[in-house]
Amino acid sequence: MINLETPKKFRPLIGQAHQVAVNLLRPNSRKYDLLEHAYPKELDMLAAMIDGMSDSGASTGAGASGVRRSEEEPEDDRVKNGSNLASVLSIIEMCWGDVGLLLSMPRQGLGNSAIASVANDEQHERFDGLWASMAITEPGTGSDSANIATTAVLDGDDYVLNGEKIFVTAGDRCDAVVVWATLDKELGRAAIKSFVVPKGTPGMNVERLEHKLGIRSSDTATIRFENCRVPKDNLLGSPDVDAQQGFAGAMATFDNTRPLVAAMAIGCARASLELTKDLLAEAGVTIDYDRPALTQSAAAATFLQMEADWEAAYLLTLQAAWMADNRQPNSLEASMAKAKAGRVGSDVTLRCVELAGSIGYSEHELLEKWSRDSKILDIFEGTQQIQQLIVARRLLGKSSAELK
Amino acid sequence: MSSSDSRDPTGFAMALLNKLAQTSALDKLGLRKPAERAVFEATKTGFRTAGHVNRAFARKRRKGGTPARVASAPRKGIFDLTPTEDEQMLVDAVTEFAAKVLRPAAAEANESCRATDDVLRSGVEIGLPILAVPEDLGGISTERSAMAGTLVAEALAKGDMGLAVACLAPGAVSTALSLWGSDEQQATYLPAFTGDDVPAAALAITEPGPLFDPLDLATTAVRDGDGYVLNGVKSLVPRGADAELFIVGAILEDRPALFLVESATKGLTIEAEPSMGLRAAALSRVALKNVRVGSIALLGDTDAEAYTDCVRLSRLAWCALSIGTAQAVLDYVIPYVNEREAFGEPISNRQSVAFMVANIGIELQGMRLVTYKAASRAAQGKSFDREVALARRLCAEYGMKIGNDGVQLLGGHGFVKEHPVERWYRDLRAIGLIEGGVLV
Repeated sequence: MINLETPKKFRPLIGQAHQVAVNLLRPNSRKYDLLEHAYPKELDMLAAMIDGMSDSGASTGAGASGVRRSEEEPEDDRVKNGSNLASVLSIIEMCWGDVGLLLSMPRQGLGNSAIASVANDEQHERFDGLWASMAITEPGTGSDSANIATTAVLDGDDYVLNGEKIFVTAGDRCDAVVVWATLDKELGRAAIKSFVVPKGTPGMNVERLEHKLGIRSSDTATIRFENCRVPKDNLLGSPDVDAQQGFAGAMATFDNTRPLVAAMAIGCARASLELTKDLLAEAGVTIDYDRPALTQSAAAATFLQMEADWEAAYLLTLQAAWMADNRQPNSLEASMAKAKAGRVGSDVTLRCVELAGSIGYSEHELLEKWSRDSKILDIFEGTQQIQQLIVARRLLGKSSAELK
Repeated sequence: MSSSDSRDPTGFAMALLNKLAQTSALDKLGLRKPAERAVFEATKTGFRTAGHVNRAFARKRRKGGTPARVASAPRKGIFDLTPTEDEQMLVDAVTEFAAKVLRPAAAEANESCRATDDVLRSGVEIGLPILAVPEDLGGISTERSAMAGTLVAEALAKGDMGLAVACLAPGAVSTALSLWGSDEQQATYLPAFTGDDVPAAALAITEPGPLFDPLDLATTAVRDGDGYVLNGVKSLVPRGADAELFIVGAILEDRPALFLVESATKGLTIEAEPSMGLRAAALSRVALKNVRVGSIALLGDTDAEAYTDCVRLSRLAWCALSIGTAQAVLDYVIPYVNEREAFGEPISNRQSVAFMVANIGIELQGMRLVTYKAASRAAQGKSFDREVALARRLCAEYGMKIGNDGVQLLGGHGFVKEHPVERWYRDLRAIGLIEGGVLV
């Protein structure tokens, strides 16, 4: 039965996440925006609390690791509302609080999602409790992630990694980094594998931290690997170079993480919409859902259009997560969600600054910050343009060779 | 001419010349009669006629009885995008109807400004007018069917939006009677819709004028004895010339309300209103001049509750129609851009083309999900004003854009009637401005 309401069973989870956002993230939002690179120590307490909730089972598997798809056959064909949906819903709440701080949440890195997505059961258990970040981008390779130059060479029981990774979110604070490297550049994308490299491994060095437009509370690191040896068991998934499977396996992570990033944009944009709605009400502008937009003030009409676009992005994201929960292939829908949420995030937050005038532009409110934070969400985990490529290829039935 | 234009003496001469040239050309070539006939045919009813007279709706005096109402759909509390089995069966049947009956008839219906009797009869046969009518009154509805109605409208419009509107118009009236009709109104009017000879009927809300607001109507109803007197003009009313029963929106004591008006009522006249698109729906203006109706005419309450819900549910139906037509655009342009070659390869190998297709897909799915959310809330008896408003914004904005991009992707071929995309371009423009006509 078609129903697009928030699942009843996740209401406590959403309530908890919202309390965290209100009481822990928002109060520290401006502080760590100004204190770039300072460690938000308040989050350690929170992380401990979240771990406790996971252990007690109260969190229904939400968070970065909630994207794991169980290998077991489902016991029946009933519709599931599972951990993918829970993760998306809790991330929306947390990013309503603060995107940068969510990204700095211990043990909630995108590397954790990667491990959850592609690790075998032994690895999943071994890396449990690690805070893992994700290292894909290189100075010469951004969206073209099949073209990475970092190498992994098998030497005895170890792989030896060499290369430089940039834009590693939480790369300084994390316990381990999931690194993409190629086993043999000649073999193309199928030879790209991901490796879990624990912090402190000799040959791995954090070289510098970026100064950024937004999400300044989150550290963004450059990491160099020089003859860095990791046990061969730290290769996630299969070491075989299979032209059919290889890269698709690594890319499958994105089907799970893109809805999470879309959720971040949705949470951030909702914060802007809510505050702007209040500010407009103070200015005497109310939104009437029944009257045509064009018969209302320009501000109200603008707001209606933004809220409509937001709702579309929100439901596209829920759809992608719901499909993952129900074991349906969701590459197309994940990219649709990311594309829509990414552009809506920027559009809504920037426009809200304009509507709020100097209150929006100055640091008195967080509107200007949200419009800086949101921009990255249309870039990382696949830019707007990459999402459009993926959607276009799927709809048109084209290969990456045909539609470049 | 707009108000800022004025004719100088040269302009007057040119206007005169234009007239003369047309006259002589038409006469010389013997085209005057055919040209006039074309105008006449397109407007079908000539200039202005009285309402269609066919049957008398015999009053059933059951005042004070309980009207039949279906219950809201159950609330399961699980996020789910799967239609029920019943809904899926319905959608499959309607999809086939849309593909095999509506799509092939669409071009001709667009030209002649009417749906053929065959098409309309088939629409009745598959049960469109009784979808929302309670089982107890001869319909098929056992619970609130806003979701099913939405899926059906979407599936129909994939065939053709104009014909979909023509087929759905009587259902708008039977649905309104089911939702808000008194026992007496249901007993008097609904049997006609559940029988074999279903009347044309129409929900008339839109009025001519810029920035039309359905909550702020120019049409008025004034109490007169135990009845009402209605005055005003309704615009874009589907199948107005054939309709035997109208539901008309009018202001009664400062609040909008719904009134049942039989077409034979004195003072009601119909004028064809051929428009940019939706031509198969035979759009009309309905003028009401001192139209006197009895006490049975007031449909629903006088607190604007039924009326406001009616406006919302009608917008919902238009959203569903726009989704179906937008899907038709997407399904049409994909093979076209894959097969059409330029510079030695399919044009879809270029990002500028491929990204337009991607964005059609993305926005269309967004339109669909927000519309479904509104529909499922309506079916479950939850508030849905916000969701309908948002769905309408999306469908108006991106529906128009998808129609525009559909023509653009075909280039010059999209501009000519050899392909249906120009029709979809015209039809999709209606979503942002039209009110009434269809209902789920």
